[in-house]
Amino acid sequence: MVNGAIAVSGAKMNGADLSPWAVLGLAARMLARDWRAGEQRLLALALIVAVASLTTVGFFADRVGRSLTSEANQLLGADLVVVSDKPMAARFVLEAERLGLETTEAVRFPSMTQFSGRSLLTEIKALAPGYPLRGKLRIRRSEGGVDTAPGGIPAAGEVWVDDRLLRRLEVHIGERLTLGEREFVVAAMVSEEPESSAGFLNLGPRLMMNALDLPATGLIQSGSRVSYRLFVAGSEGAAVAFRQFATLAAGPGQRVEDIRDARPEIKSALERAGRFLGLSALMTVILAGVAVALAARRHLQRHLDACAIMRCLGASQRLILSLHAAQFVMIGLVAGVLGCALGFACQFVLAAVLAPIVNVSLPAPGLLPMAQGMAAGLVMLLGFALPPLIALKSVPTLRVLRRDLGTPNAMSLSAYGLGGGAVAGLVLWQAQEIKLGFTVLGGILGTAAASAALTLLVLMLLSTFGTGAGLNWRFGLANLRRHRAGTVIQVMALGLGLMALILLTLVRSDLLDTWRQSLPADAPNRFLVNIQPDQVPAVEQFFAENQVPPPQLFPMVRGRLVEINAKPVSSRDFVDDRARRLVDREFNLSWAQTLQPGNVLAEGRWFSSGDSGKALLSVEEGIAKSIGVKLGDSLTYDIAGSRLTAQIASLRKVNWDSFRVNFFVVAPPGVLEKFPASYVTSLHLPAERSLIMDDLVRGFPNLLVIDVAAVLGQVKRVMDQVVSAIEFVFLFSIVAGLLVLFSALGSTHDEREFDAAVMRTLGASSRQLRAIQVAEFALTGALAGLFAAVGATAVGYVLADRVLDVPYTVNPWIWLAGLLIGAAGVCVAGLLGTAKVLRTPPMQVFRTSA
Amino acid sequence: MTEAFIAPIVRAVGLTKQVFTGSSALTILQDVSLEIGRGEAVAILGASGSGKTTLLGLLAGLDVPTSGSVHIDGENLFALDEDGRARLRRDRVGFVFQSFQLLPALSALENVMLPLELAGKPRARERAADWLGRVGLGQRLAHYPRQLSGGEQQRVALARAFASDPQLLLADEPTGNLDSVTGDEIISLIFELNRVARTTLLLVTHDEGLARRCPRRIGLAGGRLTRDERSGNG
Repeated sequence: MVNGAIAVSGAKMNGADLSPWAVLGLAARMLARDWRAGEQRLLALALIVAVASLTTVGFFADRVGRSLTSEANQLLGADLVVVSDKPMAARFVLEAERLGLETTEAVRFPSMTQFSGRSLLTEIKALAPGYPLRGKLRIRRSEGGVDTAPGGIPAAGEVWVDDRLLRRLEVHIGERLTLGEREFVVAAMVSEEPESSAGFLNLGPRLMMNALDLPATGLIQSGSRVSYRLFVAGSEGAAVAFRQFATLAAGPGQRVEDIRDARPEIKSALERAGRFLGLSALMTVILAGVAVALAARRHLQRHLDACAIMRCLGASQRLILSLHAAQFVMIGLVAGVLGCALGFACQFVLAAVLAPIVNVSLPAPGLLPMAQGMAAGLVMLLGFALPPLIALKSVPTLRVLRRDLGTPNAMSLSAYGLGGGAVAGLVLWQAQEIKLGFTVLGGILGTAAASAALTLLVLMLLSTFGTGAGLNWRFGLANLRRHRAGTVIQVMALGLGLMALILLTLVRSDLLDTWRQSLPADAPNRFLVNIQPDQVPAVEQFFAENQVPPPQLFPMVRGRLVEINAKPVSSRDFVDDRARRLVDREFNLSWAQTLQPGNVLAEGRWFSSGDSGKALLSVEEGIAKSIGVKLGDSLTYDIAGSRLTAQIASLRKVNWDSFRVNFFVVAPPGVLEKFPASYVTSLHLPAERSLIMDDLVRGFPNLLVIDVAAVLGQVKRVMDQVVSAIEFVFLFSIVAGLLVLFSALGSTHDEREFDAAVMRTLGASSRQLRAIQVAEFALTGALAGLFAAVGATAVGYVLADRVLDVPYTVNPWIWLAGLLIGAAGVCVAGLLGTAKVLRTPPMQVFRTSA
Repeated sequence: MTEAFIAPIVRAVGLTKQVFTGSSALTILQDVSLEIGRGEAVAILGASGSGKTTLLGLLAGLDVPTSGSVHIDGENLFALDEDGRARLRRDRVGFVFQSFQLLPALSALENVMLPLELAGKPRARERAADWLGRVGLGQRLAHYPRQLSGGEQQRVALARAFASDPQLLLADEPTGNLDSVTGDEIISLIFELNRVARTTLLLVTHDEGLARRCPRRIGLAGGRLTRDERSGNG
């Protein structure tokens, strides 16, 4: 293969005589000549894709991160907030005033709003003057009007609502809606409010009202889930002092939030999402690295002769190394910039896809992700391209005379230790956590090993049992066997991308369908919460009048777990997140004489009729494990200021998927009746009767109606958006997988050309040659598809078994789709990549290879 | 039928091959015309760069001339498309190369089966094994080219060339990559197989000694024919 580099005259060959600029100029000219050869183009494309996928995620994560930091005040609406599930204790307000801090209060709770016969579950915020102390509140007084600062809170008798409520209740500004026992004028639409940007996953409609109107609505009753908030702002010193006081003074059910831990759950959720997307992007980087390694290897093979001749003409090793290294760095820089530009464009897509969930206004992207993307690209390029380059500089000059001499041993696996190290470094950096990083690395190695084992096994089986197959298949198989390592790499690269897509599409919808089908058709689809004891007969009568079988109403008492076996407990005693939440919050306790359907006794015995009035409890197994209690332990609850101690008499398994009302803790009758209770129930309402819920709410405005279908729909929408984002990121890895395929085709180009020339000489038609290629590509693609299907099925099984707890049925479509998409995709790409092979006249091939 | 029998199996008229490098043209073959009758054994003799391999490539339709025509068995090669020429080679032409040109991914047996399979002939396996037996490699069927010596590889190539019962065998320096003892064995084998199969043989070589074993010798220098002589026994 004649190379442009040979044209350099001998006199200039000594590296010592060339200035760095001259070396750069020469390298640039060599690059321009080599560009046509193709492997540099693949290398550049692989880099562009890798950098683009990293920066797409990087830019996006950066924007979200900076939005969270810069809008911490906006998230909180104050410098500090004390949150309590009981009305705010006066000591907090007094201390804040003593320290010279500004304060205001708000009450938040869910309730039904009604308009024109429709009702809607809404997040209510009742405000006191002064709100918000920090951050912006902006409203619109007329639809289509402009945003203005209201300069206060809603006047008595008025409410401000968000656009979701306007849309879903079909109410307009100026009309009157009903909240509890009162009517309010919708005076404005809220376009921006503090705490709302904290609405990550909080998609319910919102309403603001004046706290003075609250008692008249009659909505705050026993059993209501209400959050009382004290907002505090002022000088930094006073705020710190107040924080110290409030942290010490906070009792059970009370906590202090400040800017630092404003909405930590959003922050950590977004950080986790960013890391996950980052690691997904990293898959692209690894695949692109493989493509770079293959392209660099071919670069080495093509330049061996040229380098030997240059050495003959007096070029120093250093000159040869710097010439080629300069070429690679030039490619790296140009491809890095292009990749960043592409990533910048693509992050807008990602932001648009995720905008409805993230629900924060995003600042312009910063420059840091660009620098990180460039750096990652260069690290990868050098990691994978340096070993062949170093081999190139030590080409023996004698190769000019004896061609079999000196194919440097850069192809050995150990030479790619550098590349492996680069990948490991990038993974650890992206994971930002040693354990996660190593888990991912282990996963990558495991997947690589599994794909290698599967590929080699199938090749072995096919060559043992496939000897009777036709020429095309035998030849294709022989080619795959000849390039075992290359075949394994291609199968893995293509299989991984395909597996991700199969998981996100077919397996996901399968699992959701199975889960949905595991619910009986008459599974309850509405929850009724907050029914007051005096409303029970009337509610039962309402159902009777409407010819709906009256559902069983369950009593519910709220109590806080304060002692286990007479020892005080606090959330700080637990490591488990769930246990902490459970101890911080109030438990829902109930009583019953008979074991509910869907409950199975796991340990101990259920209450007998003689147990009435005895201090016994039946506890759900999972929660018992979380808080570390067993049969016979005693639990003490604080219920509305009095204490109740009872012994665990049984543990139950509960099928939570049933959508029936279930309780973690149940007592026998005669124990909890003396405490204030509310009632709750669930029922199945056929679609055509769903309107009677609006009538129910009209009659009992304090009731909350939770539409299970609507909640599931919301969860599904969020999931769809998250999945779209992941799919988008995985598109890059599909492209990278194809680049690996093209690089692999490039590295076998000469062999293919030779094979085709020999067969042409023996009289093969183009159709026969193409059929042989197709057989090989179809086998590769089918192997990748098989690997993808095996992987997706395995992950699907684990998800079904461990997460969703539904039986997993293997979907034959996954296998068929995997095999077909794999085979067809690789065939098309492969034929495109080898079209030139079939066009070269045989004689020309023999001359070059001789 | 009679005419076809009498007509030459190879007829080249005014073959010229030029390659263009930038603005200048390099003439490799100039106005070469020749005829080869059925059953003849002809050597094309010339020094390196005389254009003999190019001529062979054109006679086989592996390359396209700048001008001129080639008829094989009465069929105009360059009136056919690439696939038509391939079909003609498949049915009537066998090849032996200096560097064997076996496919490395295929075993000896599979290499010999290849032309039979490409032509869709029945019992490819048996016939290929039979031919390998005839060239003395009956015990090496499953071996791959890299496991065979140069002489053995050329034997496989011979078996491959003869397996499809060609009317014309083209051999390009078949001993060029072999030592002289092995080379002599291969040449004897070619002539022996050629005699039995009644194939027309066209041999390209730079070796006078080897050329003398052919009854007819055509000389080539600087891309032009220089001589066309026959031995008394031809």
